[in-house]
Amino acid sequence: MSVVTAEPPVAQEERAAREVYRDVLVELAAADERYVCLDSDTGLFSGTAWGSAAPRYLNLGIAEQNLMGVAAGLARSGRIPFVNTMATFAATRALEAVKLDIAWNDLPVRIVATHGGLSAGHLGSTHHALEDLAVMRMLPNMTVLVPADAAATEHLLRASARLPGPVYLRLGRGATPALPPGAEPVRIGAAQCLRRGDDATLIATGPHPVLTALDAADELAAAGIEASVLNMHTIKPLDRQAIVTAAARTRGIVTVEEHWAAGGLGSAVAEVVAEQGVACPVRRVAVADRFAAGTGGHRHLLERNGIRAATVIEHVRRLLA
Amino acid sequence: MSEDHARRARELIVQMCANPEGGHLGGSMSLVEILVTLYRDVMRIDPRRPSDPDRDILLLSKGHGAIGLYAALAERGFFPEELLASYGAPDSMFTAHPNPAVPGVEMPTGSLGHGLPLGVGFALAARLDGSDRRCFVVLGDGELQEGSVWEAAMAAGAKGLDRLVAIVDRNGLQISGDTEDTVGLEPLANRWRAFGWTVREVDGHDTSQLREALSDVPHTPGRPTVLLARTVKGKGLPYIEGQARSHYVKLTERGHRRARAALLRGERNSGEQTSGERTRGERTRTETT
Repeated sequence: MSVVTAEPPVAQEERAAREVYRDVLVELAAADERYVCLDSDTGLFSGTAWGSAAPRYLNLGIAEQNLMGVAAGLARSGRIPFVNTMATFAATRALEAVKLDIAWNDLPVRIVATHGGLSAGHLGSTHHALEDLAVMRMLPNMTVLVPADAAATEHLLRASARLPGPVYLRLGRGATPALPPGAEPVRIGAAQCLRRGDDATLIATGPHPVLTALDAADELAAAGIEASVLNMHTIKPLDRQAIVTAAARTRGIVTVEEHWAAGGLGSAVAEVVAEQGVACPVRRVAVADRFAAGTGGHRHLLERNGIRAATVIEHVRRLLA
Repeated sequence: MSEDHARRARELIVQMCANPEGGHLGGSMSLVEILVTLYRDVMRIDPRRPSDPDRDILLLSKGHGAIGLYAALAERGFFPEELLASYGAPDSMFTAHPNPAVPGVEMPTGSLGHGLPLGVGFALAARLDGSDRRCFVVLGDGELQEGSVWEAAMAAGAKGLDRLVAIVDRNGLQISGDTEDTVGLEPLANRWRAFGWTVREVDGHDTSQLREALSDVPHTPGRPTVLLARTVKGKGLPYIEGQARSHYVKLTERGHRRARAALLRGERNSGEQTSGERTRGERTRTETT
């Protein structure tokens, strides 16, 4: 009996989005005097060589409400502040300042939020952000972006730098793999199609959810079910047309996200489907209505909380049954 | 001279409180000399060019003093006084908290504790620009119970923002009564000093004291300045001065007439009726001014 050994998997490049952000921001700040980096003692910029932009790096300490208000004052004075904190602190602790000082005034503040979703891992529920997308997408004027890998982080960062209003950029903590090559480049407000199939549509946001959706689509294909995969890197403004098309062309939509089910990507997709009156079922793969189950690292928590390919596949099978 | 401007601003405030919506009377009357002195004698502003990039900035962090701000802006000539007649009407730009659609209003405020963080941002921007423009933030004393004020105070002290000036309208009252009976603020001067600020205490209704204290900012190079301005809530209407119930008042027609008369004649201790309640007794808290 011959043994067929699988080829070892090609190691995909793993980079932490927040390190990409740091490097790109240093470059942007050197080239444009309007850019100011406001830090809240995240440690991300320790030892960073800012060069001539050094006066425009300001560590304001551990005080997130003040951080957002200061950013608004700077932005009103003609600067473009990049504000660094963790996602949950931006979305909940500092929410009123984000809402009133930044969003209401439609100011060009870039809130760069690390530790999105469950990426804070064993740091626990104090540091998990399972509400930030819901919170940020309800704010008028806010653009909400979730890059799925390092390359998209750089791309969205550069593209969003030119937007006139506020931006919430959700990043993770650790390194994540690059998406498979060959996809069309990300464009703010346009879903990125990673795979085409006519039976079901998987819509995902963030590094692990998008990879999970791709894995699920591979397994489904092996069983003869073809699924489209959309990377919904822009939560707001949402690509409604892509959702309507998916609802019309395929027999069901499954969303995948590192977020509580309430209010996140899945809710946003369901809103569009319902409002358009397209008859298409929507199922959400997200963290259930509880504080994240289990303790441990990021990947473990994703597994424990059902953000995995098997959950997606089960939903698709039931939808098509 | 400034007294006439202050009296005119008070007349405008009283007029707005005679609207069916009513207004934050007490905490606007306590602000009058502070705002009039800033706009008349201290700030580098041009009412015809409210967006001049080199202007000094004023943020009314105690946003419920909006009618005081509108009155001071109108009195200074940012817009015609007649426009204030729309206060309280549907879709009027004169909302109960400062609306940036009003010429001269820099930022919307109203939720307490936002002004000083914004002020730190304006001051940092001025420093980065190499500009000597100043930022004045007017706070309520009850507002100082908000933690974000002290986050900003700490940051301003640490960053040495000596062109940032906080002015506390120390009228001693919040909705439920005396600040010291609620969550006390004293020793207030020491608290600011401990955060790295230079403190001046003035009579907030004495325009010459205000002018003197505000004209030579920064008082200490490398340190932000705070003025603790002792004021009287409801100042100018003796029958409600120093009373917490002056916080929000809807003046009846009769009340409006009496208030105008009080402003004109300095009438004291006359009866006054507001929509919700009747004055109980004639006890007023008088402060030396």
